Amino acid sequence: MSLLDIENLSLTIGDTQILKGVELSVAPGEVMGLVGESGSGKSMTALTVMQLLPHAARASGRVTFDGIDILAATEDQMCALRGDDIGMVFQEPMTALNPVKTIGEQVAEGIRWHTRASRAEAEDRARKMLDRVGLPEAKFPLSRYPHELSGGQRQRVVIAIACALKPKLLIADEPTTALDVVLQAQILDLLRDLVAESRMGLLLISHDLAVVTEMADRITILRRGEVMEAGDTARTLSEQLHPYTRQLAQASMHVPARARPHGIETGRPLLQVEGVTRDYPGRRTSLFKRAPGIRAVDDVSLSMAPSQSVALVGRSGCGKSTLARMILALDRPTSGSIRFRGGTITGKSEAELKPARRDMQVVFQDPYGSFDPRQKVKKLVAEPLHVLEKKPTRAECREMVAHALHEVGLGISDMDKYPHEFSGGQRQRLSIARAIITRPKLVVADEPVSALDVSIRAQILDLFAELNQKLGIAYLFITHDLTVARAITDEVLVMHDGKIVERGKTSEVLDHPQSEAAKALVTAAPDLHRAIAERLREQG
Amino acid sequence: MTAYLLKRLAIAIATLVLASMVVFAVLEILPGDPARLMLGMNASADQVELLRNQMGLNAPLAWRYLHWTGGLLSLDFGRSYTYSVPVIDLVRERLAVSLPLALIALALSTLIAIPVGLFSASRRGRAGDTISMGAAQLGVAVPNFWFALMLIYVFAVWLRLVPAGGFPGWSAGVWPALKSLLLPALALALPQAAILARVTRSALIEVLNEDYIRTARAKGLPYRAVLWRHALRNAMIPVLTILGLQFAFLLAGTIIIENVFYLPGLGRLVFQAITQRDLIVVESVVMLLVAAVIAVNLLVDLSYAVVDPRLRSRQ
Repeated sequence: MSLLDIENLSLTIGDTQILKGVELSVAPGEVMGLVGESGSGKSMTALTVMQLLPHAARASGRVTFDGIDILAATEDQMCALRGDDIGMVFQEPMTALNPVKTIGEQVAEGIRWHTRASRAEAEDRARKMLDRVGLPEAKFPLSRYPHELSGGQRQRVVIAIACALKPKLLIADEPTTALDVVLQAQILDLLRDLVAESRMGLLLISHDLAVVTEMADRITILRRGEVMEAGDTARTLSEQLHPYTRQLAQASMHVPARARPHGIETGRPLLQVEGVTRDYPGRRTSLFKRAPGIRAVDDVSLSMAPSQSVALVGRSGCGKSTLARMILALDRPTSGSIRFRGGTITGKSEAELKPARRDMQVVFQDPYGSFDPRQKVKKLVAEPLHVLEKKPTRAECREMVAHALHEVGLGISDMDKYPHEFSGGQRQRLSIARAIITRPKLVVADEPVSALDVSIRAQILDLFAELNQKLGIAYLFITHDLTVARAITDEVLVMHDGKIVERGKTSEVLDHPQSEAAKALVTAAPDLHRAIAERLREQG
Repeated sequence: MTAYLLKRLAIAIATLVLASMVVFAVLEILPGDPARLMLGMNASADQVELLRNQMGLNAPLAWRYLHWTGGLLSLDFGRSYTYSVPVIDLVRERLAVSLPLALIALALSTLIAIPVGLFSASRRGRAGDTISMGAAQLGVAVPNFWFALMLIYVFAVWLRLVPAGGFPGWSAGVWPALKSLLLPALALALPQAAILARVTRSALIEVLNEDYIRTARAKGLPYRAVLWRHALRNAMIPVLTILGLQFAFLLAGTIIIENVFYLPGLGRLVFQAITQRDLIVVESVVMLLVAAVIAVNLLVDLSYAVVDPRLRSRQ
């Protein structure tokens, strides 16, 4: 018998239909993967099971958990289930914990609430649970506050909260999306072990087909609130009978066609970074003392040729963004020098930097946060034009914006729209249009596709590849996602603890990593081909 | 934590010194010779000069500033020109009314505002929220003397529970004294409570959208428990800020209410001193209020650190 049974579930919020006749079941000890792109209704399905939907949501159909009709259950019944029989882990570990309460309090709270245990007893159980999720007492006493922990550690605390009472069902909504690949692998291992230990059912929600394939026994593919295909993971993904399944699988393995990899041509290098170091002073512990400082970037040298595409990969906190900020002259190195097109950019004033700024632009990760919501596209895309030698006239400006929009696949009519009128993928096209409007020689892209759905990601990667071919723009891609590095770059630099520990041709480094850091990244990176092959092998 | 405390304390002291300079300078610039004012228009120039020497008004500016601040530190505020008594006695007498009044009003306003804020935030957009926020809107808009008159009419004239005004003094016993402060405190508290309730509500609504609220609910805590245990403490910082500002206002911004209830408070003292150009009194009371505001702000800063552990570990 199934632990969780969802039959013909439909959900509306106001006049919007969110879910249409969703069918899904999870058996004890089973991992069910729920896959779909953003807006497909994955999270809403999870919140329906928890009955934590927004007020205006109306659900119909049948949801049965352990013999209880969830849609008909009272709030008191639901409170008894939540945190006790059903645990839930969320996407964003940085904000999922209450900042003013210790981790001990937060883990023990659910235990005390459900079991009426004494404080000491609950804290004892909380301690054991934190040990279990890999937060030993010596380094992580119960009295720690969330802000003293990193993202991966916080996610472990959230898992400890969710699993403290050995729930029958754990719902994990994109539990590793905000973490780097190495942490992701660790958290997935932890979840897998917890499932095996107590025959817990796991509903794993993810947009990442490779992650789900590695983890799930069965898979349900959701699109626009409807189930497209459901079944055994290995069979579903190896046969790819449903066109949408095929489309998703292909998009997540997409490699843009690039006629000729650049970077072979010799001549003057575009960018030269020589012995760059960046120290951050330590925190002041009292009026006269400071904690020892942090060396974010440690004696890094690199060089890029014109129109070469280079990936800078590494785990979160390895210093790759700090290095990028210094290359963009947004931060000053403590020592070392950076030369761009032959001219030094370190230690220059804003006015002296103007010509360099014209030739280097940036694309950020978050296509939602990087635009002023109250400005029109024509103004947003034209923003970098102020670094031009001669201020363009209004008509010239319009002409240039129209051209840039055309190059990224948007229309002239989009000029008078506001950012909220665009989808995530279109907004990332806008940021690329903004980056190329000054005809730069170098674009630094900081995780430019990690917030995007796979099919959109494939399109944006194609666009990057096309612009590289057509305009000869060099790219520095900062990413922890090796599939992105593989898809679009000629060379890769692996960064670890502020140092570049390995460099070489992308395919060579990723296929035969030499350094520990690179090996860790490569083994941890989810890979759909490999995951399917492994699944098939397991099943014989 | 110690670094945070020391930094706040240093800022408080620096502000106090700066404020004393400003107050001193302003009163130096103001026209009018205190000696001439005390002696009247018919006094001879010699008499005025004699008094000026006696009062130390002819000494150099820096010396007079140091003398004045030294006096302040030893609670010697000088003598009132009009009453000819030490200013400290006047102030002490008035504070015995104003300080309890402010504290009671502050307590009342908190006790009313926080439950109302919690109630409205948890029923956002529903009838209960609309009604209580409507009432709060009214509370902000209606002047407090009108509340005062209504309260006098209901509780003093009609129900005859409390006196309509005046202050018997603490020597008449604690209860009679407190009783005469109740209505003015309530009249002061209502508009403050209305503002505070709105701040509490909006701070709570912001906090209720945070991810950790969802985590707490996923633990199985009922909504009410989530509100009290998780949301309220996180919403406290803006509430504490407003409370600090309100205390400063309640201590001396109460001239109208003191007049309605015939209370001999600090507000009335300042008002009288200004009309009589009793500058030494004005100067002293202003400095006292500045010190009180700075002290309360320091307390508010420290309470932030108590509420939010992130401030304790940051500098």
